[in-house]
Amino acid sequence: MKLVYTDNNATTMIAPQVYEAMRPFLTEQYGNPSSMYFFGGQIRHDIERARENVAKLLGASEPSEIIFTSCGTESDNTAIMSTLRSNPEKRHIITTKVEHPAILSLCKYLETVGYRITYLNVDNEGLLDLEELKSAIDHDTALISIMYANNETGVIFPIEEIAEIARVRGIVFHTDAVQAVGKVPIKLTELPVDLLSLSGHKLHAPKGVGALYVRRGTKFSPFLIGGHQEAGRRGGTENVASIIGLGVACGLAEKNINEENTRVKNLRDTLENALLTKITNSRVNGSRQFRLPNTTNISFEFIEGEAILLLLDEKGIAASSGSACTSGSLTPSHVLRAMGVLFTYLQGSVRFSLSRYNDESDISQIIEHLPVIVKRLREISPYGK
Amino acid sequence: MWDYTDKVKEFFKNPRNVGEIENADAVGEVGSIICGDALRLSLRIDKATGKILDAKFKTFGCASAIASSSALTEMIKGMTIEQASRVTNKDIADYLGGLPEEKMHCSVMGMEALEVAIANYHGAPLKKEMVGEEKIICKCFSVTDKKIIRAIKENNLRTVEEVTNYTKAGGGCGKCKPEIDKLLKEFWDKESTKKPMPPKETAKKGLTNLQRISLIQETIEREIRPQLKADGGDLELVDIDRNKVYVKFLGTCLGCPATGITLKALVESKLREFIDENIVVEEAK
Repeated sequence: MKLVYTDNNATTMIAPQVYEAMRPFLTEQYGNPSSMYFFGGQIRHDIERARENVAKLLGASEPSEIIFTSCGTESDNTAIMSTLRSNPEKRHIITTKVEHPAILSLCKYLETVGYRITYLNVDNEGLLDLEELKSAIDHDTALISIMYANNETGVIFPIEEIAEIARVRGIVFHTDAVQAVGKVPIKLTELPVDLLSLSGHKLHAPKGVGALYVRRGTKFSPFLIGGHQEAGRRGGTENVASIIGLGVACGLAEKNINEENTRVKNLRDTLENALLTKITNSRVNGSRQFRLPNTTNISFEFIEGEAILLLLDEKGIAASSGSACTSGSLTPSHVLRAMGVLFTYLQGSVRFSLSRYNDESDISQIIEHLPVIVKRLREISPYGK
Repeated sequence: MWDYTDKVKEFFKNPRNVGEIENADAVGEVGSIICGDALRLSLRIDKATGKILDAKFKTFGCASAIASSSALTEMIKGMTIEQASRVTNKDIADYLGGLPEEKMHCSVMGMEALEVAIANYHGAPLKKEMVGEEKIICKCFSVTDKKIIRAIKENNLRTVEEVTNYTKAGGGCGKCKPEIDKLLKEFWDKESTKKPMPPKETAKKGLTNLQRISLIQETIEREIRPQLKADGGDLELVDIDRNKVYVKFLGTCLGCPATGITLKALVESKLREFIDENIVVEEAK
């Protein structure tokens, strides 16, 4: 059975070119980049080339603005903790209700140690009200941290406007761009973001590597305190192979970003429209206008997501859901709840997130099987028609 | 992904007895779409023998909720109402070769639907109603203290997390967790001060008539009356004739449509558990 992988917002396949580029660093090229001898020192140059690639994809002005980390969560945590340590007199953070747990859980913790957090609301489409953001800002605000694009719905926030609001008030602005990097063009020379997080495995690099962009001039305090690596901004011997992989992946992403916004987007739209037509009582969660090109989050009324996923899995289709049962908790997705998704639709959400490795046959396979699965589960459901 | 047994997967992918019995003799509805799972169980019952001839279900929920519902219908077909009333959530989970701890509430939902259906057969509404002093502990999932205590007792639960796995209580906003913890402490404190019962086997065999009568009285006092009183009801022992025990309901039990179940599911099953499997309890005329 052919695997149809449509869970790319969760993780992605390592691109073959990425794997090939990494291989020497997992075998013969094992030297420590901090060493003086050629065997290690050469590796330092390879790391710097990777840094240049990341900076280029982000449109950053200098490669030195990129710090390699171990994952998106570390980048997010570093951004927040660094800002708080650098502005110790300020005790207020503004974020949103729909952030990734890498932000939300840390903010919940910070509340317990005396920080004040404003969690901005979203509307039915998953969009922010920038007036609410403006009025939440006060003299105590140390940081605004708002995601670039939502992992569950793909909804994109107006980062340019938000960054400008923060800039004119002199407040540090961080964006968790883990889902956006490689999917939409980003140009940091024109976007006044101070800190930006990304994760390798969301753009066909391996798991266990991420990066944090720190705009030149932004006060910084390391999160991992240790050696002089990353110019003293992140202790710990470099994860060389993965950093090399991330560099190559960023190069590929830059090359393919147009395809992502044309061919992949068309596949997504074909899938979405077909499902909405073939399946009654279905709806898209989140703005269809301001959205990543690869993501669709669709809810099917009166049925539950985990059951849908398991039956999709039987047909070789990998997707994800915001239902309570799949989240490992008893409450459905915090994102869909914040959007006020109608309760009859809340448990029955499925997210398909595509990548450039998907093709039309993948989409037809989903369109063939999902309507049958939904029908079957609705026959079992006491609310089904 | 959850670690489901092959049997859970089989009952989910090919569920038996999906549907609804027309003009059913008993219907039980539990859960709601807001709570994340719901089950509607309908039964065809032979009135003469009390035997469950057919059972069908409709379930909104995840794979283990669907599998638990289907397993339940398979288990109870052919049972008498009285036998079915003794089916516990553990029986359902065991039938499926076990459920992940976090999914035990699916088996509890099956047991509850069955209870409501049996009560419905005896005249109660097809949806569970709160009685007497029951109090909602978990507002997110509408879980009462009674349900929590019962889950603690029947499944030997010791932590708040376990209670959440079995009843969903505390799984939403989490504000009721201290209250659940209190219920746990109260229950286990009370348990530890109870005097230990003589083991069942020795209790049953070789009792003199007098010992037997006093044991029945003791069991009614200790195990049965406190439960009824908790709901504002009561009962008194009227007569004992060999294996037949005659009782009379008092308080709110009077005229309660569910006394038939109470008689069998509580009074008779307790006396059987502690004294003799052959005891039959009847309401004194």
